[in-house]
Amino acid sequence: MRKRPNYLAGLGSSIWLLVVAIPIYVLITASFQTQQGYASGGPLSLPSTFTLDNYTNAFESGFGRYFLNTFVVTFSVVGLVLVLVPPLSYAIVRGNSRATRGVFQLFLLGLAVPSTAVIVPIFYMISNVGLYDNLLGVILPTAAFALPVSTLILSGSMRDITPELYEAMAVDGATPLRTFFRLVIPLSKGGISTIVVFSALQAWNGFLFPLILTQSEQTRMITLGLFNFQTQYGVNVPALLAAVMLSMIPVLLVYLFARRALVQGLMGMGGK
Amino acid sequence: MTALAPRKRSTRLGGPSVGRPGFVWAAPATLFFGLFALFPLVLVVVLSFTAWSGLGDPRFIGLDNWVAIFDDPILFKSLGLTVLFVVLALVTQVPLSILLGVWAAGFQKNRAVLSAIYFIPLLLSSAAISVLWRALLDPNFGIPGQVPFLFGDGNLFGKQSTAIGVLTFVAMWQFTPFYTLIFQGAARAVPPVLYQAAEIDGAGTVRQFFNVTLPQMRNSIITSVILMVVGGLTAFDTVLILTNGGPGTDTAVTPFYMYQKAFRAFDFGQASAIAVVLVLAATAISLVLVRVSGYGKMQSAQEGI
Repeated sequence: MRKRPNYLAGLGSSIWLLVVAIPIYVLITASFQTQQGYASGGPLSLPSTFTLDNYTNAFESGFGRYFLNTFVVTFSVVGLVLVLVPPLSYAIVRGNSRATRGVFQLFLLGLAVPSTAVIVPIFYMISNVGLYDNLLGVILPTAAFALPVSTLILSGSMRDITPELYEAMAVDGATPLRTFFRLVIPLSKGGISTIVVFSALQAWNGFLFPLILTQSEQTRMITLGLFNFQTQYGVNVPALLAAVMLSMIPVLLVYLFARRALVQGLMGMGGK
Repeated sequence: MTALAPRKRSTRLGGPSVGRPGFVWAAPATLFFGLFALFPLVLVVVLSFTAWSGLGDPRFIGLDNWVAIFDDPILFKSLGLTVLFVVLALVTQVPLSILLGVWAAGFQKNRAVLSAIYFIPLLLSSAAISVLWRALLDPNFGIPGQVPFLFGDGNLFGKQSTAIGVLTFVAMWQFTPFYTLIFQGAARAVPPVLYQAAEIDGAGTVRQFFNVTLPQMRNSIITSVILMVVGGLTAFDTVLILTNGGPGTDTAVTPFYMYQKAFRAFDFGQASAIAVVLVLAATAISLVLVRVSGYGKMQSAQEGI
C-alpha cells in the first residue's frame, strides 16, 4: 500500500506491542515462579526461580473438574449449533417461502439481544424446569446466543454456492435432503469450521450464564473457577496466573492449528 | 404451519422451486432461539411488574418496581457512570484501533507478525483478563509497586478516578484487538485505485488517511461504535471481578447494579425493570446512530450478504 517506511506508525505500533506483550510476559514467567520468588523479584524482573507447583496446585484445587465441565459444555454447545444452524442457513439461502425469509429477519433482530439483559428471565426459566446448577442449564442458553452470529456466517458462505449447482441437482430430481447432504454441506466446509470455532470459543470463555446458573463445585466451569480462585488465593499471584494459563491453553492450541477459522470466527463476533 | 402452504413459483433466487427447503428446515433452530433468547426478552418485561425473590412464584405488583427505580439515587449514579465508561471506551478504542487496523492492513512481513501478537488478548476470556490485570495491578505484588514513579502509592483500586482509569484501560486492552481486526479488513477493502488517484493529486500519507481511508471505512466505524455502545451498556464481568463495583459504589455501572439487585439482593423484579431500561437505551442509541449516520440505506443495499 505505502512505499516508504512510516516511522511514526512504527513507533506507535511498538508501544502497543509493549502494552500487549508485557502482561503476557508476566503471565507466563510468574506462573512458573515460587510465591516468594515472585514477591521478591516483582512482576517485571527476570524470573529467579522455577517451579511447576502452581500448575499441580491448580489441579489439586479442582481445576481438573472445571476443565471437564467446560469441555462438556463446549462440546454440547458446538453439537447443538452444528445440528441447528446448517439446516437453518440452508432454508434461509434456498427457501423461497415467506416464512423462511421472515426467519432471517428474526435472527438479524436476535443479534441485537444482549445476554446481560435476559439473565433474570433465563434464571427464572432454568430454575423452574429444575435445571439450576446443572450443566444442561448452561448449555441451552449459551447455544441459543451463539445461533445468530453462526447463522449469519454460515448463510453467508452458503450464498457462495452458485445457483447452477442447485439447478443441476434439481434437474436430477434431488430432494432438499439429498441436495443438503450432497451439495450444501460439502461446499460450505469453511463456513462450518468457522462456526464451530466461534461457538466453541463462546462456550469456553463464557462467564455470564455459568455465573448465574450454577453454584456448586460439581458444575463449576473454568471461568468461574478463576473468579473463585481469585477470592481464595488473591495474594498468591503465581498460583492464580497458572490457573489463567491453564484456562487459555486449549484456545491457544486452536489458534496455532486453526488460525484462519478462529480469526473469521472472531470477526463473526462483530455481529454481537 | 406455513410449511404446508403452497410454495410460490418465485424466481427470486433463480431456477425453479423444485427441491427447495421448506420452513421445516428452519423450524428447530427458530423454536430453540425463540425459547431461549426472544421469549426471555418478553418475560423480562413481565417480570418487571412483579415481586420475586427467587423462591416461589412472582407476584404481580403493578408499577411498584418502576416507581422504585426512578426514585433510586444509586441507579442514577450508575447510569451516569455507565455513560462515562461508554464515552471513555469510545475515545480510547476508536482512534487506537483505527490507527492499528490501518497499520496492520499493510502486507509487510513484520506487520503480520506483530498483528498475530496483538491478537492474543482476544483469545482470553473476560474472567481470565480480569484476574490477570487484578494480579498485575495488585497494590503489594504488582507492577505499580515496581514502578512507583508512574503509579504513586500504587493502590489503583482505592480511588474512584484511578479505578475508572483501570477499567477503561483493561477494556481497551481487551477489545482493541477485535476492532483492529475489523478495521484491518475495512482498510484492505479500500480500492487501491483511490490511493493511486490521491497520489496523482499530490496527497501525502496523512492526507490519504483522512481523505481516502477514513471516509471509506465509514460503515465499519459506525458498526464498531454501535458494538462498543451496546457492549458498554450491558457488560459487567470485568467490573465484577476487578473492582466489584468499588470503592463503595463508585464503579458500579448499571448492568453490574442490576446483577447485584438480582443475585445478591434477590430483588428480581427491580432488576428486571433495570434490564428493560438497558435494552431500551441500547436499542434507542443504536437506532439513532443508524439513522443519523445514514447507515440504514447502505445496509439495505448490502442486505443478505
